[in-house]
Amino acid sequence: MNPFTFTRAGSVPEAVRAMGTPQARYLAGGTNLIDLMKENVEHPAALVDINRLGLGDIEELPNGGLRLGALASNADTARHPLVMKRYPLLASAILAGASPQLRNAATNGGNLNQRTRCYYFYDTATPCNKRNPGSGCSAIGGVNRIHAILGASDSCIATHPSDMCVALAALDAVVQVTGPEGEREIPFAEYHRLPGNTPQQDTTLRPGELVTAIDLPAEDFSAHYTYLKLRDRLSYAFALVSVAVALRMDGDRIAEARLAMGGVAHKPWRVPDAEQVLKGQQASAENFARAAELLLQGAKGQGENNFKIGLARRAIRRALWQAAVGTPQSQTDKRIA
Amino acid sequence: MPDAVPPAPALWAATPVTLTINGQERLLKVEPWVTLLDLLRDREDLTGTKKGCDHGQCGACTVLVDGRRINSCLKLAVSLDGASITTIEGLADGERLDPLQQAFMDHDAFQCGYCTPGQICSAKGLLNEGQAHTREEVKEMMSGNLCRCGAYTNIVDAVMEVLNARGKLAEAAE
Repeated sequence: MNPFTFTRAGSVPEAVRAMGTPQARYLAGGTNLIDLMKENVEHPAALVDINRLGLGDIEELPNGGLRLGALASNADTARHPLVMKRYPLLASAILAGASPQLRNAATNGGNLNQRTRCYYFYDTATPCNKRNPGSGCSAIGGVNRIHAILGASDSCIATHPSDMCVALAALDAVVQVTGPEGEREIPFAEYHRLPGNTPQQDTTLRPGELVTAIDLPAEDFSAHYTYLKLRDRLSYAFALVSVAVALRMDGDRIAEARLAMGGVAHKPWRVPDAEQVLKGQQASAENFARAAELLLQGAKGQGENNFKIGLARRAIRRALWQAAVGTPQSQTDKRIA
Repeated sequence: MPDAVPPAPALWAATPVTLTINGQERLLKVEPWVTLLDLLRDREDLTGTKKGCDHGQCGACTVLVDGRRINSCLKLAVSLDGASITTIEGLADGERLDPLQQAFMDHDAFQCGYCTPGQICSAKGLLNEGQAHTREEVKEMMSGNLCRCGAYTNIVDAVMEVLNARGKLAEAAE
């Protein structure tokens, strides 16, 4: 690792002020940042330790929602009684990701801000527009089995690696941030961005802004949900394709539908039309197939990842069934019912 | 992007950190970039904790921080001021092995042994968490520890034995 200075912030204003140092980065759980620093992909001149800001609580909101502190660990969030009972989709998605050790250290804010696991982003010997803007994309025409099939650009075909964020997208979470210009809220759909010609920017955070909390709306979809994750091994691997489904059922008809995909784009992938087409409709193979086609509209393979399109189509339909009949995917017993 | 401005050398000075390591309080001065793993192995001579991948992918460096298992390779020591660390060296009570250590021996739960300290610390964390009850759950919740010799079946046997013994103890106490 390159040398850097270390500051332990005691409050949010202190942390935001310390981020004014050139080339500074916030340090939370460090499970991704420290790794990237060892790889020389990230080389901050200063780290601002935000672990002692008192942002680790999970508490109910007056509007019936739930506030997840940015510094609560992924493990504590997934095992929190209110998350398990009311937002099992989120608990399931968190437990589908990483390993127990990593979930113990990794934080909610850090999960949002983790970087892609594109092989070339990590390999400093190769061109990468995300790591070194303007240098080119080695994944286009290269080894791209894990890469995007939706929303990619000529500059970058990387995917966002999070499982948790796929559930947060489906739940319409809101990200609370504080920066040099004060506090603001970012709807989850606007938090991560598509690569376009500036793939070095993963999110819409402004310089110096700190994630302080993630708010979940009151509607929790606890009766009809699933998180279905498909990967190269049964555990401890990133998604090739994952699907979060949240439904509100009215008898055998769908009153409200949320569909989000992971492992396929630079951000959790949602398409309003794919959800709209299910509203008021029966849970049926035909309707689910229609939603899957809409969610995958414009999907394009890059060569080695062409298989993801068919895999995603089948995963979406299967996940919709799991949610509709109320048999969510177990994250322990990996057989897919 | 401009190159990082190197910090003034005076600012690189080691930071004081207090850690309780296997029950002993240690007042240390460490540079910010020293990971907990390197601190344990290189400065505290606690080489039971292993460096496998050094990237949080293999679990060989697993230790307990305040009773919770983490990958020590991905944790900066300076960020842990005040924490209590338990490594494989801190599990036995004198000559009496921790039940997990004994179970790993009884079940032949290793071959080369390199991943074993991490496996045992991880299993200790698993027991502390109290979430795993079945064989399937133990397998899933031990998935952060790789064993290239492939002793997985016996590792699960060892963890299950301790898990079941604790269950029986709890039943007897009721």
